[in-house]
Amino acid sequence: MWGTVLRSFLLGPRTERAPEPDADALAQLARAVDGAARARLGRSLSIRQVDAGSCNGCELEIHALNNPYYDLERFGLKFVASPRHADVLLVTGPVTHNMAEALLRTWRATPDPKWVIAAGDCACNGGLFAGSYAVVGGVENVIPVDLKLAGCPPTPEALLAALRALLLRAAARTK
Amino acid sequence: MTELMHFLADSPVVTRHRPWPRVELSAVTWANLVDQLAIERWELAALWGEPGMVHAALRDPDLGVYFVVSTACPDGRFASLARVRPGAARLERAARDLFGVVPEGLEDARPWLDHGRWPMRRPLAAAPVPRAMDEPAAQAADYPFLPVEGEGVHQIPVGPVHAGIIEPGHFRFHANGEIVVRLEERLGYVHRGVERLMQGKPVPEAARLASRVSGDSAVAHAFAFARAVEAALDHECPARATHLRALMAELERIANHLGDFGAICNDASFAFLQAEASSLREDVLRVAGSVFGHRLMMDKVVPGGVAVDIAAIGIEAIRALVGAVGPRFERLVHVYDSKPSLLDRTIATGAVGSHLVHRFAVGGIVGRAAGRAVDARVAPGYAPYDALDFAVPGLPQGDVHARIMVRVEEVRESLKLIRQILDTLPSGPIFAPPPEREGEGMGVVEGFRGDILTWVRLGPDGRVQRCFPRDPSWLQWPLLEAAIEGNIVADFPLCNKSFNCSYAGQDL
Repeated sequence: MWGTVLRSFLLGPRTERAPEPDADALAQLARAVDGAARARLGRSLSIRQVDAGSCNGCELEIHALNNPYYDLERFGLKFVASPRHADVLLVTGPVTHNMAEALLRTWRATPDPKWVIAAGDCACNGGLFAGSYAVVGGVENVIPVDLKLAGCPPTPEALLAALRALLLRAAARTK
Repeated sequence: MTELMHFLADSPVVTRHRPWPRVELSAVTWANLVDQLAIERWELAALWGEPGMVHAALRDPDLGVYFVVSTACPDGRFASLARVRPGAARLERAARDLFGVVPEGLEDARPWLDHGRWPMRRPLAAAPVPRAMDEPAAQAADYPFLPVEGEGVHQIPVGPVHAGIIEPGHFRFHANGEIVVRLEERLGYVHRGVERLMQGKPVPEAARLASRVSGDSAVAHAFAFARAVEAALDHECPARATHLRALMAELERIANHLGDFGAICNDASFAFLQAEASSLREDVLRVAGSVFGHRLMMDKVVPGGVAVDIAAIGIEAIRALVGAVGPRFERLVHVYDSKPSLLDRTIATGAVGSHLVHRFAVGGIVGRAAGRAVDARVAPGYAPYDALDFAVPGLPQGDVHARIMVRVEEVRESLKLIRQILDTLPSGPIFAPPPEREGEGMGVVEGFRGDILTWVRLGPDGRVQRCFPRDPSWLQWPLLEAAIEGNIVADFPLCNKSFNCSYAGQDL
């Protein structure tokens, strides 16, 4: 263990340069963030992830954001355990009927100002599961969505670029 | 001839079912089967419905092969197997929810997948029943959990939205102080209707759904589906493709085991190993992404072969990965093994008894860590593993530590397997288009979690008529309830993570 710590000390951290904020995400977010939000949030956002019917593929890639390569927390972005602590809901899955109420209640429990990111093809429009008797199909059918991020699943880079865009927008509006 | 073959000998065999027979049982023989199961060791591997019919896959423990038994239920009823094979209970409840076939003798009358929120009842039955517009909306509180009585017993409801980045499900704890008296799971929150979506789809489209039954097993589920389709069509997959399938399957196994190893240690607040193991996992996913074009290798295993070939540079990349991961992983195992404060959390925690593992025919890590050394790669076995040399690790203790150590051994074996696969990689085509015709078949594949059993029936137009992908989680989830009993509530994350059952895989 100390060998690994020493290596990290000598060779530097494994963390990589972050991708630039996603331009498309910036455009989508232009309307979503206002100055009041920035004043309350500072330069950090707390994220509550909600699986609303995903196959777990998106969760695996969201998990990867916490590994040392991406090191999400260096940007002031962190995952929190309760929606009551969250600024952002990061929602995956085609929203099953069995999860719709839980998603809505999670959203209601999140204090304003708040943003919703629909992450992955399923969350955007139901994906491969659109049209099933068991799914609502797309997060925006249940709660308002500020940013849609395609991909099956979106890569950690894409997730990071989108989250950085949100952070940047939140900061830009106050100047 | 084994006892099971003897028992089935007098019933008609469905000839087009491959590779193992499907036998049609009369209601009387099915009832006899229930009695026989009470005294025989035959294992229940799966149970699934169809309109007016129910099927079960039985595993013959002497030969390691499977038989499918079916019985028509013209009056919508069949004799429940759950009395003698408790692993059948949730499968039967699911069949009742989806098809309206009623398991007679099943004590548990509660629905399983149907939370009262779909637009219809029995969505896969011949005639689904629309829900009345004026029907009151279902309430979560309507579901009666099993009661617990006693002084000081209190309930802790958890989920469906959990505290971490995890799939949704509800856990109802009854606790006495710190001690868990009973855990009851309520699942079905991520039921997407996979089985219904597959119906009527051409095989390639259904394969995409199979790859998304459980995202962490994208390769293994697609592999099992492909093998089922190929069995149904009596179709041979090219040799190079079987090797590439195994290569992807072993990369998937290593990536998931690395992730679990770190995550379990993290649940004991040992973040160092999480950071290191998740970096190793990332290395594996990046190589998978660069070599096969998708980090999770979704849609890369297809019926008829694989969707992507590997170039010489890809082989070198994987050799380099295997060479680097091995030594780095061994350092992490050494750290794990030399921290008494960490071992104190994992040893003797969440122990599940060998008798339960055998009773539920639980495979994979959960089974092998508790004395059931069964691996689908060995028995029934399938290409290319029948020509490869590897060990199946097993331990008797059944605790969190044993599940960690089985994963550790399996990472080692998988690294060896990958070297062998690359050394013996045949040349030739990677895809042979399967014919479009009817057939019935079954595929069993060892995913990282355990044995995945997929059954499929194709119609004359070659489209999927019915498919049931049985994730190993169906049989593993109930044992988590047993594992946590008598442990402290705070050890639940450790137990849960060391099982790492799939929600999406069992909810379908």
